[in-house]
Amino acid sequence: MNSFLTILKRDVRLAIRDGNTGGMAVAFFLIVVTLFPLGVGPELPILARISAGVIWAAALLSALLSLDGLFQADFEDGALDLFALSDPPLEYVVAAKAVAHWVVTGLPIIVAAPFLAILMNIPADGLWILILSMTIGTPGLSFIGAIGAALTVTLKQGGALVPILVLPLYIPILIFGVSAIDSAIFGGNPVPSLLILGAITLFAMGLAPFAAAAALRAALE
Amino acid sequence: MSKITWTTAIEVRNLACRRGGRPVFEGLSFNLSSCGALVLKGPNGCGKSSTLRLLAGLLSASAGGLYLNGSDNSAGTEELGTNCHFYGHLTGLKTAMTVLENITFWAELYGPAMAAAEACGRMGLQKLLHLPVRILSDGQRRRASFARLLVSDRPLWLLDEPSVGLDASSVERLDHLMADHRARGGMVIAASHLGLGLGDAQVIRLGGEAKAA
Amino acid sequence: MLVHTSLLNHTLHHKPAGVRSSPMQKYANPLRFTRLADKILPWSSAVAVAAFIGGLYLALAASPPDFQQGESVRLMYVHVPNAWLSTQTYMFIALLSAVSIIWKHPLADLGAKAAAPIGLIFTGLALITGSIWGKPMWGTWWVWDARLTSVLVLFFLYLGYMAIWRAIEDQQKASKVAAILALVGVVNIPIIKFSVEWWNTLHQPSSVFRAEGPAIDGSMLWPLLVMVLAFQAYFVTVLLWRMKAEIVERKLLALQYQEASE
Repeated sequence: MNSFLTILKRDVRLAIRDGNTGGMAVAFFLIVVTLFPLGVGPELPILARISAGVIWAAALLSALLSLDGLFQADFEDGALDLFALSDPPLEYVVAAKAVAHWVVTGLPIIVAAPFLAILMNIPADGLWILILSMTIGTPGLSFIGAIGAALTVTLKQGGALVPILVLPLYIPILIFGVSAIDSAIFGGNPVPSLLILGAITLFAMGLAPFAAAAALRAALE
Repeated sequence: MSKITWTTAIEVRNLACRRGGRPVFEGLSFNLSSCGALVLKGPNGCGKSSTLRLLAGLLSASAGGLYLNGSDNSAGTEELGTNCHFYGHLTGLKTAMTVLENITFWAELYGPAMAAAEACGRMGLQKLLHLPVRILSDGQRRRASFARLLVSDRPLWLLDEPSVGLDASSVERLDHLMADHRARGGMVIAASHLGLGLGDAQVIRLGGEAKAA
Repeated sequence: MLVHTSLLNHTLHHKPAGVRSSPMQKYANPLRFTRLADKILPWSSAVAVAAFIGGLYLALAASPPDFQQGESVRLMYVHVPNAWLSTQTYMFIALLSAVSIIWKHPLADLGAKAAAPIGLIFTGLALITGSIWGKPMWGTWWVWDARLTSVLVLFFLYLGYMAIWRAIEDQQKASKVAAILALVGVVNIPIIKFSVEWWNTLHQPSSVFRAEGPAIDGSMLWPLLVMVLAFQAYFVTVLLWRMKAEIVERKLLALQYQEASE
């Protein structure tokens, strides 16, 4: 547990010092959401109808934004070699780094979500479910994203490839995140969707460290 | 000075390495016992770095085995991974963190045996402890990277061109540290085309047929 | 190491003797700038504090409630100065960026960089106070009308400008890139504003600056002007503080390089 926290702290610290913190993810999140009223028109009922989908889709894109650097920086400066030889296994390192990614992108996105809910005119019933569904779903984004980041770690143009690999894997999170909010807004029961969302995140947390670590070992060969 | 206890002998038999379908070398065999040292020599591209990565378990061998303590069961090179320090061309240092933060981090992941500040001190970095690595010169970075080897006890040091980029006094420091490490029972395997203070070491020339000299 | 000593000369050292400084270059010397800033700071902070106290008294207690909006009109005294300063600060950054590109004046870079976060806060506060102010009228916290949308876009322009300073490590290179970005942004502002207005116009028309003179009553105009003065003095004070801090930070970096090279 100690080395887990050590890696987590180091990655969060690096994200803050290198300036690509939550600030960047949140700014991107805001701008993407803003595009929709400008494109669709400012009618509040229409915005309320599409709000959950727009906010979740923007959250997926924001989580992608910093993914390609998740392992690449460590790969390029040799730190990944050292992680592979360290006492904690690589799976453990991947998990810690995915959690760090969530802390610097997922968490700020959750904090910013209520403001976007206001911009998108989400009814008050949906607001709490929005925050809850994001809290449950965004860790899944970071863990699934870690797989894509590990697969592309050796590629110079990995940045363009990561979304193509990862977005299809994000689809279940998008579907159940949005359906939870929509059922809350339009008088349904959001709990089943939230439970499925939680199951997807737990599955990702279980699978991703092994898949990503295997991909990283292959990359080091 | 405490002894490093691990294995008393490593035996490598007929190790072979292929990269991209091409053989890099084959038939690499050697014995290394506690306090011993081995120097890999040879021209560029003969597989010195690959050998070290292979011994660390970062590459997988296409043939051959590794035997510990005279056992006849191959241990596989993964066994060496968590018992070795790997020091290569890439320092693994984060430029946004200070020297001390970097070394402390790896100490916590490799098991701390010495205070990070003291290890840096032995590399002559006392005054640079709290400076971000970003502003250090290449030689200073390599010294900081070497401090990582001192801060955690691992019996086998795998060093890829350790003297490159260092000034004369730092090379001398390196020689002392390698001698200390061996005196405690540690082993050193270094790839180098420059002279190192490992005069008594076995030498293997790679390139063409790899044979223990 | 060359780059860094030039950075040092650029921002820290006296000019070599015999070089005549133009009036433009006079305050390029950070020592001279710091001395000037230290002279201005007590006055600007005193004006800011006094104007805030006076302005808030006038705005919250002495001025009448609006016959339509009631007490919530008092938000105007905070909202309007923030909104004015949000655009004014961007213009200030663009102006300094032009100075930096044309005359290569190092303090212009410093000032532009230091002003950006202040402008971002003004813009954010303008958005938040505007949304609170609008809630009773619109029945919701946010409507996508032309004015609000333009200010939101301005907020994004600030974010981008600040991000570029953080993303580029070499501050001299960053200053050039950031200056180009600021100027591109300022050229784009009318286009953005026009397109957004074309997209939607619902907002009440601007009521202070009109050809036939201010439509706002004198009992509300005076508190507003005092509050604007307070915000202006606040801007000057924080800007000078931030510029001084930036100089100290660069000095620290130069010292670190010096220490590493010994």
